[in-house]
Amino acid sequence: MIPDRNRSRKWREALLGYLWVLPALGVFAVFVFYPLGKAVWLGLYRTPPFPNLASKYVGASQYGSVLSSAPFLHSLERTVLFVIFTVPAGIVLGIALAALANQRLAGIRVFRTVFSSTVATSTAVASVIFFTLLDPQVGLFSYWLGKRGGTGILQNPTLALPAVSVVTLWQNIGFTFILMSAALQSIPDELLDAARIDGAASWFRFRSVTLPLLSPTVFFAGVVGIIGSFQAFGQIDLLTQGGPNNHTLVLIYYIYQAAFTNNNYGLAAVLSVALFLILLILTLGQFWFLERRVFYGRES
Amino acid sequence: MKADPSVTARPRTRRAVSVTFRYVLLGIMAVIIGFPIYITVVNSLLSAPQIAARPPTLFPLHPMWGSFATAFNQAHLGIYLRNSMIVTVLIMVAELLTSILAGYAFACVRFPFRRTIFMLCIATLMVPMEATIVPNRQTIVELGWFNSFPALIVPFLASGVGIFLFRQAFLGVPRDLHDAARLDGYGHFRFLTRIAVPLNRPLIGAFALYAFLSAWNQYLWPLIVTETNGVRTVQIGLRQLQALNVDQTNVIFAGTLLAALPIFVLLLIFQRQLVRGLTAGALKG
Repeated sequence: MIPDRNRSRKWREALLGYLWVLPALGVFAVFVFYPLGKAVWLGLYRTPPFPNLASKYVGASQYGSVLSSAPFLHSLERTVLFVIFTVPAGIVLGIALAALANQRLAGIRVFRTVFSSTVATSTAVASVIFFTLLDPQVGLFSYWLGKRGGTGILQNPTLALPAVSVVTLWQNIGFTFILMSAALQSIPDELLDAARIDGAASWFRFRSVTLPLLSPTVFFAGVVGIIGSFQAFGQIDLLTQGGPNNHTLVLIYYIYQAAFTNNNYGLAAVLSVALFLILLILTLGQFWFLERRVFYGRES
Repeated sequence: MKADPSVTARPRTRRAVSVTFRYVLLGIMAVIIGFPIYITVVNSLLSAPQIAARPPTLFPLHPMWGSFATAFNQAHLGIYLRNSMIVTVLIMVAELLTSILAGYAFACVRFPFRRTIFMLCIATLMVPMEATIVPNRQTIVELGWFNSFPALIVPFLASGVGIFLFRQAFLGVPRDLHDAARLDGYGHFRFLTRIAVPLNRPLIGAFALYAFLSAWNQYLWPLIVTETNGVRTVQIGLRQLQALNVDQTNVIFAGTLLAALPIFVLLLIFQRQLVRGLTAGALKG
């Protein structure tokens, strides 16, 4: 009698478990796993140049041709440049601001609030503000930069990507500042006091005590920043639409254009798979790196 | 005994100089970072010709509040904000529910293939939404959901981050509490709602904030599955707003402020959860 009742209880428990994971699993199945598989599969079919014609099965050849094509390599180069423009500067600026604001000074809260204020802006909010301020006719920044009238900064091939990067930097600085401030405040005062008693100058203290203890946060900000830059879409769409002359055509915008402007689903699918693999490698690299390289203060 | 002034004066002036120097640095950085928002506020209170006038007006002596009403009504910000609110709140609540239920099941309920299924959920963290937009949009069209609220909500009803975080949290609930609750005749549901959830209120707050922010700030997905104002979210509404004429720049600036306002208020209220809420996506690829 008892084993039987036990078994039925086990069954009821298992049933409850399945029931509770089912909603999440269902959503993942339909909107994560299925489309991922479908993207790989769509990449095997070439989209015909005219609508209403059937897609043609071309096997892996489309992957080869797209991934070695000049437009793909160009978009990859643009993306990497965008990462280089935004991530290191963002981290350095975030640390500098956090160090600057991490002092006992009257009114420091006001500065902290200003430095973190950009977290309240979305990509779209930041982009629309800067787009209007950079307008060649009425934009204040264009006026101050001596670019009033004529070709705007966002329409200038050499300046467009740096300008988009500056907007991104500005929008992210609040987040980086908050992150770095929290990390700084978690550094035990005794460590810094000990260094002070040892006669370490403030810069030396910062370099030899603070910075090593910040390294996990720096690393985290770096990874999140790189991945975020690979996914950055809104600022490109609102500021430059990939232009001028494809100078801001980063990978994600290339996917968007291929799929929804040119209806070339085969091309877009191959590019999507490439984006997925790049981000996968970055994420896995993050775990690998985290395991071995980063200094953790708690160990001592 | 009085200290020799020549000994103390020098460090004191040095300290004063260093404090002044710090304030100058802080001030410069505050101006650079704060200026875009400051000028947005100023411009929203000016008329379009005043905004375009040179030299620029940097302080509104006669603020005009009309552009906010214009942005809210004629530029449809009111509708966009309403849509964003509906979509965001539903996503947040649903993500909390599905993540808490699944997280609890993975932590405390025994069932076959539990580990495998959990790994599948964590694997979703490796799949960025951007890589699946093409097939997902086709799915939405096939379901007949194009340009509707379900298209904006249903794909986000579950969160790998949430499941991971809540599983961690529920694993931390002491074994003794489980045993005591079972003796009191508590089943899983009662244990979850009366003990496990109340114990983890801080995490729920942080995750709710994270879920709200990510849903509110979405741009790419709403852009490709909506095409009319009736369902457009505020981020996409800003895209419409940006296309306004130069004679309505004041409305553009007012509109961006209206779009940012809910998040600003939210962050003020949830300051304590802020850091954890912002970094909850730490594991997200």
